[in-house]
Amino acid sequence: MTEDVLLHEAQPRSGPLPAWSLPRDAEDEIALPTEWPERVTREWAWGGATGKGVSVCILDSGVEDGHPLVGELQGAVSVSIDEDENPIVEEETAGDSCGHGTACAGIVRAIAPECDLYSVRVLGAGFTGSGSVLLAGLRYAVEQGYDLINMSLSTTKKQFATLLHDIADNAYFRRSMLVAAAHNMPVESYPWKFSSVISVGSHEQDDPMAFFYNPNPPVEFFGRGVGVEVAWPGGSKIKASGNSFATPHIAGISALILSKHPELISFQLKSVLFLTATNVAGSE
Amino acid sequence: MTSESELRAAVAAGVVGSRESFRGLLAAITEVARGIFGATASSILLLDEETNELVFEAIAGYGEDELIGLRFPSDTGIAGWVLSTRTPLILDDVQNDPRFAKDFAAGTGYVPQGLMAVPLLYDERALGVLEVLDRPAQSTFSLQEMELLGLFANQSAIALDLLSRANQAEAVLESGEGELAVVARLAATVTGLEDDQREAGLRLLGDLADTLGR
Repeated sequence: MTEDVLLHEAQPRSGPLPAWSLPRDAEDEIALPTEWPERVTREWAWGGATGKGVSVCILDSGVEDGHPLVGELQGAVSVSIDEDENPIVEEETAGDSCGHGTACAGIVRAIAPECDLYSVRVLGAGFTGSGSVLLAGLRYAVEQGYDLINMSLSTTKKQFATLLHDIADNAYFRRSMLVAAAHNMPVESYPWKFSSVISVGSHEQDDPMAFFYNPNPPVEFFGRGVGVEVAWPGGSKIKASGNSFATPHIAGISALILSKHPELISFQLKSVLFLTATNVAGSE
Repeated sequence: MTSESELRAAVAAGVVGSRESFRGLLAAITEVARGIFGATASSILLLDEETNELVFEAIAGYGEDELIGLRFPSDTGIAGWVLSTRTPLILDDVQNDPRFAKDFAAGTGYVPQGLMAVPLLYDERALGVLEVLDRPAQSTFSLQEMELLGLFANQSAIALDLLSRANQAEAVLESGEGELAVVARLAATVTGLEDDQREAGLRLLGDLADTLGR
């Protein structure tokens, strides 16, 4: 044994690490539990996984609880703001007034059948004030500590960009990963453009497990987003296209990965997605 | 007393064109969109911020004779969702959702099988929605179509912005009880003159302004 190790054993550290640095005697404290294989395959990443134990939040128009393609929700709230822009979070009673959130939830459920689904409604009756409500809803979702937050929405309002960026970074560091839809049009919108989220665009293949890493950011991944049969309110189904529906495919696959490897931090989750992307590792 | 911004609006109304000419541009855009996508109908809806309603401004195909000017609350239906999320939505099998069927039937008497709806964004504002109804059933939707739809949406948004400005300018003229209409008419007349005549006209107006200002 070296003298350093003896010293470490003789004088265990107490108290927090100094800011932004790593003293020699603290190296054990940041050991990462995951043992990485020589080559990360899809089998290693999610083989046999069902999403069990992973919480996925659908930040959207609400979700129809009990829809045959969605199943039971573990929780549902609606978020609004009062006259002074203070957030109001209430138990959900309205379900899904549009269908968009139910569609996203059904896609996640199809890929990760045993994950815990939560709905945070930021859109619904009276679609106005959506920027502030979106912000309040996202803040609430991050505070709840959901493992994954599916955001098939974005805002074009620049006034929200900085705040959204802060929330996205905070979520990333707290292992609450935002999976955000890229805008389908060439406009500036947020939060999908931030590198602390998993941003998703569409490909045209039919395979729900096919996804691609994009080496030309800001869109990082492409998921299935064209002609997708999705759950729709009233227990029905509808065929839909757009990045909104590609995003829950990546959220579902992420749920599988976290279900099998719950210890992964956000950076590692992104790395596993990269390593198992169709254009990186194929379908092994 | 007339404010400077009202005068500017009056001059703008005289120079940039009438509501009708912008409506014509919007109508042309819906015609081209309908033609390119091979759709049954295409329409542009403008958001009326004062009443929070969506208004049919231009329609090509089914309903073009009856629906112009029809209004409905901006927080309902697919168009309302697209407007508030500022995100396009492409749906097939719309008839599977009885709510949409009811909405459409009430508004238009026509229930589409599928639709594409895209927000019309200008700067940070959502001005309205472009809808394309019932592309040919045999064709599979592609990402190229999404791109094309986005290009149409940009063009439509610019036209809608112009229409919205023309509406505001004309509203100023109307609220001024005709006083500002003279200014608008002068601006339109001078703009329409040949170069040498315009120069003379502007000189004359300058002299007139000096005389009135004394």
